Amino acid sequence: MVTNITSFGRSGLSDWLIQRVSALILAVYTLFMVGYLLFNPGLDYAAWSGLFSATWMRIFSLLAFVSLAAHAWVGLWTVTTDYLKPTAVRIAVQLVVILAIFVFLVWGIQVLWGA
Amino acid sequence: MNSKRPVNLDLTTIKMPLPALTSITHRITGILLFIGLIFAFWALDTSLSSPEGFDAVSHALSHNVLVKLIAWGLLSALAYHFVAGIKHLLMDMNIGVTLEGGLKKAQATVVISAVLIILAGVWVW
Repeated sequence: MVTNITSFGRSGLSDWLIQRVSALILAVYTLFMVGYLLFNPGLDYAAWSGLFSATWMRIFSLLAFVSLAAHAWVGLWTVTTDYLKPTAVRIAVQLVVILAIFVFLVWGIQVLWGA
Repeated sequence: MNSKRPVNLDLTTIKMPLPALTSITHRITGILLFIGLIFAFWALDTSLSSPEGFDAVSHALSHNVLVKLIAWGLLSALAYHFVAGIKHLLMDMNIGVTLEGGLKKAQATVVISAVLIILAGVWVW
């Protein structure tokens, strides 16, 4: 079994499952957003902010953002461990990625509840 | 699995048939989408901040060529990553996991995402 202390779920199988579940959530969210924008061509601020002030949409969006954080980490962890062989470089890049994911997550929460 | 097994991931020495190209493109589009989150979150934040912010995002998306190109690029990466992701899920379900099946799925990934990328371009313009 492949184990690595920087892997998200501490095991390849756990990461594999997290990647699939988060992918499905992101796929549904993507289809919803694209569909919403396609079927509302003359969208205005009132309708747009109304959508994002609904509790179900905030829950749905936060679920998507958390899935995005997990999905991006598992994906970028896989890519960085495959191609960045020097440990110092790999860990440095992975720390930047984690920081970016954290910023995106906090930013997303602020967008959902801050306005 | 023996973790000490020899592994070659040097991309310059690996032959790249179509399924390998679709796989590496899945990785590249994933990295691009991660970087593109800056634009996506900026657009979401600004458009929800105020009516003026909404108009600014909407105006940029309908008039600024650079913004249109970024939007089309990110939608294209998203379309490809989505389709290639479905290919992954099919493989997980043991569908078409043969040499011919792998090639067919890779070809389908290219064709379907090409159509979606063109449609995304039509949508943006």
